[in-house]
Amino acid sequence: MSIDTDTARRVAKLARIKVEDQALPALADEFNTILGFIEQLNEVDIDGIAPMTSVSPMQLKRREDQVTDGNQQDKILSNAPDAREGFFAVPKVVE
Amino acid sequence: MSELNSLNIADARDKLRAGDISARELTQACLQAVDQSGALNAFVHHTPELALAQAAAADERLTRQDAPDMCGIPLGIKDLFCTKGVPSQAGSAILKGFRPEYESTVSQNLFDDGAIMLGKLNMDEFAMGSSNETSTYGNAVNPWRRGNDTTELTPGGSSGGSAAAVASDLCLAATGTDTGGSIRQPAAFTGIVGVKPTYGRCSRWGVVAFASSLDQAGPMTKSVRDSAIMLKSMCSHDPKDSTSANIPVPDFEAALSGDIKGKKIGIPREYRMDGMPEEIEQLWADGTAMMKSAGAEIIDISLPHTKYALPAYYVIAPAEASSNLARYDGVRFGHRAKLAAGDGITEMYEKTRAEGFGHEVQRRVMIGTYVLSAGFYDAYYNRARRVRALIKKDFDDVFDDGIDAILTPATPSAAFGLGEMTNADPIQMYLNDVFTVTVNLAGLPGVAVPVGIDKQGLPLGLQLIGRPWQEGDLLNHAYVLEQAAGFVSKPAKWW
Repeated sequence: MSIDTDTARRVAKLARIKVEDQALPALADEFNTILGFIEQLNEVDIDGIAPMTSVSPMQLKRREDQVTDGNQQDKILSNAPDAREGFFAVPKVVE
Repeated sequence: MSELNSLNIADARDKLRAGDISARELTQACLQAVDQSGALNAFVHHTPELALAQAAAADERLTRQDAPDMCGIPLGIKDLFCTKGVPSQAGSAILKGFRPEYESTVSQNLFDDGAIMLGKLNMDEFAMGSSNETSTYGNAVNPWRRGNDTTELTPGGSSGGSAAAVASDLCLAATGTDTGGSIRQPAAFTGIVGVKPTYGRCSRWGVVAFASSLDQAGPMTKSVRDSAIMLKSMCSHDPKDSTSANIPVPDFEAALSGDIKGKKIGIPREYRMDGMPEEIEQLWADGTAMMKSAGAEIIDISLPHTKYALPAYYVIAPAEASSNLARYDGVRFGHRAKLAAGDGITEMYEKTRAEGFGHEVQRRVMIGTYVLSAGFYDAYYNRARRVRALIKKDFDDVFDDGIDAILTPATPSAAFGLGEMTNADPIQMYLNDVFTVTVNLAGLPGVAVPVGIDKQGLPLGLQLIGRPWQEGDLLNHAYVLEQAAGFVSKPAKWW
């Protein structure tokens, strides 16, 4: 499997990271180096082996569906780059 | 008497309880050492006022005669831990200015026991790196040097600041985190002890997430006993982390009997890598001989899927990272890019993440995005998770056969020079974790112990791997190795 610049561009878009066009070939090369290393996994016989979901055999705990926290709008907004009138502010989303 | 900051936790605890020293004196000695350590770039945010207030509270508690072991002990805290009101950036520009409104469970546990925070420690950005060279704060520098050669060496990574700070006696101990070796590799590079506990021992709540199924916090200390003391304080069952284990935390220090007679130590043949330096091979043989003369039985074992651990890790960790790091979007916290006229929300995301994330983080997020994308999820991500199950089964099998602990090298080399790997391909850097990453994939406890000095005068460590939840027994093995190795060297002060 080889990644070309179009695939690198698509991956950058999916990851929401702006990559300039001139940087794409080098990025594709790096991906190919890493994916080439990962290809070794194809040597392993994985028939009948389930994908691991948890390293220790534990049941994820459930708690009562009750409100346990809240009423801290100021704290939640305190680190926002742009907060106005109790909201996070972002560029216009709907045209 | 030597400087108070050069004390270890166990000795400081005894002196504090006896009233020979005060937490205030101890803290001031550390703060002074930190102030003079700019060349190491280990501490990146300083909290002297908080430290002195915590010291005053610790002194008051000590006079009441019921102080916990960690009471009055000055620590450095890795920047990955969210600390209330104190900058917590995970070594990243994207979290510049972020001051959490909450405290991580691990740091809270330490503070509840009276421990003192001197400041935040340098690290690779989002814990992605093995040399501390991906940090937005610049490189942390290893206090060790190759004899009289003044080349600056890496303290390892990602917990490079923690390792440098402990090795140079800026603090008595530090917190670290370990996703693929980020506690054990820097500990080995700086001649200190570092423990990655069993997955689920330490709460991950409030620790900036890298790869959630692999991340664990742990202590980085000057001795095995110190690790036992500090680990007990860090561990707890935490309802705020659904993977936190609801099992009792034993007294790990009480497990340090120094007796491993009849214990079975496994030596995995697959860890004998091609091209492994002769000195590492010799160190491993020396460590094996030490365990044997302590009365342990040495057994040749096989962990057949070892060579697939790194490739599996470089699917699973980036996949989880791409998901975890999706939250850095310039909306709720941290950096937001300056937008051009007409830019919408997508441009905001893309520019913010391009400016805020460094190169290695961008690369891993994109690799993770790729292996999780439609059409590749099964071929990469699910295949890696199935290989991971086999790697864990390798360990289950040897423990079922009665092995008590596994002895391996901690790293494939001693500390290398900062910048020496710049032109290598990323895989070369990833190979630093070749001996440690299996432990994260299998969720096991592991410890790096300093055992020797190489020809250049740099420390080398060995790793012991234990059964799940048996950190006490593991640390007892490490204690025996530490006593037998008698590693007491310290870096000569040049900073």
